[in-house]
Amino acid sequence: MCLAIPALIKHIEDREAEAAIGGITRRISLRLTPEAKTGDYVLVHTGYAINILDQEEAEETLRLLREIAELAEEEG
Amino acid sequence: MKFITEFRSSELAEGLISQIHRKSKTSARFMEFCGGHTVTIFRYGIRRILPSTIDMVSGPGCPICVTANADLDKAIALAQIPEVIIATFGDMLKIPGSHSSLQEVKANGADVRMVYSTMDALKIAEDNPGKSVVFLGIGFETTAPTIAASILQAEENGIKNYYVLSLHKLCPPVIRAVLDSGEVKLHGLICPGHVSAIIGSHPWEFIAQDYGIPCVVSGFEPLDILQCVNMLVAQIENGESKVEIAYRRGVRPEGNQQALKLMEEVFETCPAEWRGIGEVPDSGLKVRKEYQPFDAEVAFDIDPGSPYEPEGCICGDILRGVKTPLDCRLFGKVCTPESPVGPCMVSSEGSCSAYYLYGGDFEG
Repeated sequence: MCLAIPALIKHIEDREAEAAIGGITRRISLRLTPEAKTGDYVLVHTGYAINILDQEEAEETLRLLREIAELAEEEG
Repeated sequence: MKFITEFRSSELAEGLISQIHRKSKTSARFMEFCGGHTVTIFRYGIRRILPSTIDMVSGPGCPICVTANADLDKAIALAQIPEVIIATFGDMLKIPGSHSSLQEVKANGADVRMVYSTMDALKIAEDNPGKSVVFLGIGFETTAPTIAASILQAEENGIKNYYVLSLHKLCPPVIRAVLDSGEVKLHGLICPGHVSAIIGSHPWEFIAQDYGIPCVVSGFEPLDILQCVNMLVAQIENGESKVEIAYRRGVRPEGNQQALKLMEEVFETCPAEWRGIGEVPDSGLKVRKEYQPFDAEVAFDIDPGSPYEPEGCICGDILRGVKTPLDCRLFGKVCTPESPVGPCMVSSEGSCSAYYLYGGDFEG
């Protein structure tokens, strides 16, 4: 029910945007994320962007997980 | 970065699993509050790959499952008013109320329409000026701001035939109720990711501080859950209890202030009835007086009669985390997704549905 999926904002018009979700384009509302810009990834829940996804934090999380994986391999 | 496949890497998962096994010495029970997490855990067989020290239990985080029959009956009664069109998210259709379901009344002629978004419901209202469109406002903090936004939009656009039946529920108060009941002993809480995208991580602090239970906010991909479990294990082995965010790409400590502002503008807190848990103070949202013209409870005279609970159904106990679907004598026999008795078998995020669909985890 609280499912929200990442979508890439393609084009903004007023408080709505065209966003690519998987292979399709959908119209979403930016009413809850007025600061969103074209090129941002947002979390979309029931047609509304509920947050802007943070690319730097995502990369930092993956870097941390790679470190854990390397450590696990070394300790075998 | 696509924000999905990167968080499903089996290589990175192996690293986390290995670290969890190495670090976890103390027996601990973790609750995943959110039904979305339950689905990820079962779909990827996560319970089975965790060490025997870790016991996982599902919580009450499925908004449809926790909606009390008395409230479902209101929605079904509204659907039977001739000039009413009910607009609802799809999961609601098959949920059995006391005597019927939305699907059954629809088959008998009621106008019940499945929508993807409140924006679709507003469009139905605009296209049907002679009808009253009632949107079933069921959901947690993730969904409530989107429904608040629809009421504000209806007001701005002068749409006078749009109403909301507000059955929204709030997560932190119900977790307090579950912990206060003392029925289930928890050592860690996997906090809901998309509720936290709205409310932030601060509202969970009382769990770590007052109850000494480590809390980690998780995303919904398998790596997110494993990272969250790894962080909970680390807190336990270090003797800590604090609130951390594993889902940093989607959740900020302060949440989404704009969404919170809209929610606050349209709704105020009220007591709410939770299936299996009972009435929890300040755990519901009702439409504020200023927006009363959009409140279905005010606009319509609804009398659904006394609620009735199906005999033998233990959804309430399952939602409190004190029983599992395997303890239910109806599970898989009388109660199946095709012919559900209780809501936890109907909702795609219900525990019974997850146990039924991903059967390999039954011994979980």
